[in-house]
Amino acid sequence: MTQTWTVTYEIFRKKGNQASHYDRFEMKVDPDEYVLDGIERIWAFNDRSLVFSHACHHSTCGACGMLVNGVEKLTCITPIRSVTKDGGVIRVEPMRNFPVISDLSVDMTVFYQRMESVGHQPVVSNGFEDSKGKFDPEDDLLRLSDCIECGLCISACPIALTTPAYLGPAVLAGAQQSGDLNPCVLDLVDSENGAWRCHSAYECTEVCPSHVDPAWRIMDLRKKLVSRRIKKFFGIK
Amino acid sequence: MAEHPQKPANLIKWFDPRNKSLGSWAFILNRITGLGLTVYLFLHLIMLGQLARGPEAYDGFIALVKNPIFLAGELLVIAAALIHGLNGIRIGITSFGIAGGKQKQLFIGLMTVAVIAIVYFAIRMFTH
Repeated sequence: MTQTWTVTYEIFRKKGNQASHYDRFEMKVDPDEYVLDGIERIWAFNDRSLVFSHACHHSTCGACGMLVNGVEKLTCITPIRSVTKDGGVIRVEPMRNFPVISDLSVDMTVFYQRMESVGHQPVVSNGFEDSKGKFDPEDDLLRLSDCIECGLCISACPIALTTPAYLGPAVLAGAQQSGDLNPCVLDLVDSENGAWRCHSAYECTEVCPSHVDPAWRIMDLRKKLVSRRIKKFFGIK
Repeated sequence: MAEHPQKPANLIKWFDPRNKSLGSWAFILNRITGLGLTVYLFLHLIMLGQLARGPEAYDGFIALVKNPIFLAGELLVIAAALIHGLNGIRIGITSFGIAGGKQKQLFIGLMTVAVIAIVYFAIRMFTH
């Protein structure tokens, strides 16, 4: 038997150059529904001008990342029960550290460009062990990479908050994961705004919905970069 | 690639601990203690400047800093140094791919050591 809760969605609204504000919508929900279900219902029955991004509804596309009560969440897999209580409030805001297009939708163009420039592969060999770098080049089956490019880690990163030039956790993790540290990628990651800019807050790993563990990957990338420099210094290939 | 202007105004948000994980608390603690130790360094140099004003001025100053308020301030410096130093060891280790997956346990362990040491110093300072 399903429960019914009354919750209030506080939705961040911003159109063009207008000042931002929050709209409140009181709703009857099943607490086992997901936060995105409520947002879709608001769009369907209350306000068709609400702009938000979503697609797959099963944490594969990475489109529905938002701030839910101040924490980065993939709203399609975040049960209402986990973020509020009966009679409570769900404040929904766009991700931080990305330009807001409208309401809850952000512009991730630069992020996608950076992912591409470090050689992140959205589709990898089935033998590609995402966690901790094991790789089987003989395996010809393909699967989606763990990183779904949702941008939650960039939103949660305190360094990205003050330094938009910082490549950010997902991009650095993408470089580590691709394993191909060619001169172009090295130029990007072995730089002031690359792997050395991370200040070890580990917030990226906390919010990642795909267990990519970007913080661990950044540290591993640093180890690889130091190893390369030492080898280069001693003329070892 | 496009220019990305810095956003120094957001720096204050680094110190907002709401909705943050243990890693961020360590990050915030390291910044607060780092800033505190930097301020102390300047105060310390000013204190040392008292030496140049002769033995009487220096003795008078030393008598002043023996009161409990100054002792509490000194304890804060010791606490900041312990927290910053021990957390620095954690960051140094994990920053190069060692025990990165255990950063929370490292933080809790090292901060336990810091608390024990702070209590020890507090007892020593206020009972002697």
